[in-house]
Amino acid sequence: MSDLHTWVGLLLGWVLYAMFLTGTVSYFKDEISQWTRPELARLVEVPDQAVVAQQIADELANVAPGTSQWSMRLPDSRNNSVYAFWRAPRTAGQRGFGEAQFDPTTGAKVTSRDTQGGEFFYRFHFQFHYMPVVWGRWLAGIAAMFMLVAIVSGVITHKKIFVDFFTFRWGKGQRSWLDAHNALSVFGLPFHIMITYTGLVTLMALYMPWGERAAFNNPAERQQLQSELSAFTPAGKPSGQKVPLASVEDMVRQAQERWGRDNVGRVNVVNPGDSTARVAVTRGDPGRVSMSPQYMEFDGTTGKLLSVRDHVGAAAETRGVLYALHLGRFSDTVTRWLYFLVSFAGTAMVGTGLVMWTVKRRQRLPDPERPYFGFRVVERLNIASIAGLSIAMTGFLWANRLLPTQLQGRANWEIDAFFIIWALTLLHALVRPARAAWIEQLWAASVLLFLLPVLNALTTARPFWHSLAEGDWIFVGIDVTCWVLAWLHAVLAIRTGRRTAASHAKRKACRQPSMTVASNESAV
Amino acid sequence: MNAFVNRVCATGPLISRIVAALFGGYAIAALASVAVLALPMSKPQAVLTGMLTSFAIYAGAVIWVFAVRSALKAWIGLIVVAVPLALAAWPVS
Repeated sequence: MSDLHTWVGLLLGWVLYAMFLTGTVSYFKDEISQWTRPELARLVEVPDQAVVAQQIADELANVAPGTSQWSMRLPDSRNNSVYAFWRAPRTAGQRGFGEAQFDPTTGAKVTSRDTQGGEFFYRFHFQFHYMPVVWGRWLAGIAAMFMLVAIVSGVITHKKIFVDFFTFRWGKGQRSWLDAHNALSVFGLPFHIMITYTGLVTLMALYMPWGERAAFNNPAERQQLQSELSAFTPAGKPSGQKVPLASVEDMVRQAQERWGRDNVGRVNVVNPGDSTARVAVTRGDPGRVSMSPQYMEFDGTTGKLLSVRDHVGAAAETRGVLYALHLGRFSDTVTRWLYFLVSFAGTAMVGTGLVMWTVKRRQRLPDPERPYFGFRVVERLNIASIAGLSIAMTGFLWANRLLPTQLQGRANWEIDAFFIIWALTLLHALVRPARAAWIEQLWAASVLLFLLPVLNALTTARPFWHSLAEGDWIFVGIDVTCWVLAWLHAVLAIRTGRRTAASHAKRKACRQPSMTVASNESAV
Repeated sequence: MNAFVNRVCATGPLISRIVAALFGGYAIAALASVAVLALPMSKPQAVLTGMLTSFAIYAGAVIWVFAVRSALKAWIGLIVVAVPLALAAWPVS
């Protein structure tokens, strides 16, 4: 069982580490997105969602004329831009949908720099990049399944789970790594199981389609299932009779009366401008631990309320709750930070597990200076996927500030910069001695993180002191988080450096027995 | 030749277990997710129940495959579970 744990943990460990870390920061996806669009003023107060909805519905009629379906996410305390997407007529070489960010105060398309912002980390977390989305999702699913097996086999391996939890031996090489790994795993165990399982649940229709295929024979039956899962309804055939959309503002107003002024989530429309138009106004995520659809459906031409949906079946509700637990969108700021911290501990659990593989085997090597090929591969991949990823992710944020705002395909260049930097860290890990590579990359990450608020101050009108004075907590929070993370990387770099010196001394001592006592003392 | 046979004998069962875990486990989970349709509940709810539980079943199957004493036993265990599931899944699919 312990071998099973080791191998399922290692095989996709690097993928899991990247998924864990990018997933962790995705709990602040909206805040990162705000940070990456510094030109867009922060919302001091959430604007009236009904007014915003109407403004943007009008704008969408210009931006996406003749669309069969559009959907917008209304602004809230975490979002200062409105994201909307729409179906576009599929023409050769074009995707079947368009998307844009809108300014909630003017209703016009956002004029800030072109960026994916926090959305990039979020997407990368479960579908990676440079590959078809479905492949990425399968890879993420396989990794999650490995993780689930790793957790269960890990619990079986560490039978004395609570004793291990209270055992910690600092500065003892392999022992310390093992203790750290155990402590992190046990501390977050309920979270790790929850997050892994719910991760699989978010994409379960892709991974386990067999029941659905067996049960339903036609699209109408399949739609029965879909309506349990989301508020999106497929656009029926338009009649071709042009009728303008009724007041979206009034519809949202009715929803506000039901769920509260700032708690309308989305507005989805099918066949706008046609006599068959339908509008669904959905409830926001705050205040309920479920992502199950809750919405009010309106006739799009008269604005008459057709139906209200506020519950789904038991299994569908279970799925809604599991889904919500994974995304944590219901959470307030404190819960969100708690999510972030436990998830960060999970990242560290995967990281310490990966490092332990090499630490454990290094002692058994016949010649520690010349390890065998597989060992070196693991060692180098560890460096690039742990320290290197920190550099690459920080690099993405640097690119956001440094790339010229007029650059063609700018959002893609930011992402390319992330991967180019990540590839360079792998190259660096391959050409440098392993220990030096660890220390250098950890320092590089630390310096980049430490200087990011400085770069922000130099390139935007929102430096730290200004944000602090204005009470702009999102910008303050990101600056401070960067400094804390810089400190963390520096501590790791210093500790790695010390251990290196200590183990060198130890090894020398083994070769010259007469000096053993003296250098052991210096090593401690 | 002899060395080759020895190698197969040494790694064969391990590979057999890996195959049993990856594909056998998935097959059991998939079968179970269809078999749920035989339960007296509405179709959409049954489909969702099947999807929701399938990952626990998959994980359990993988653990079973690596926990039992031999690869042969692992396969027998999988088949013992698969047969009733297949019988339940057959009429509804």
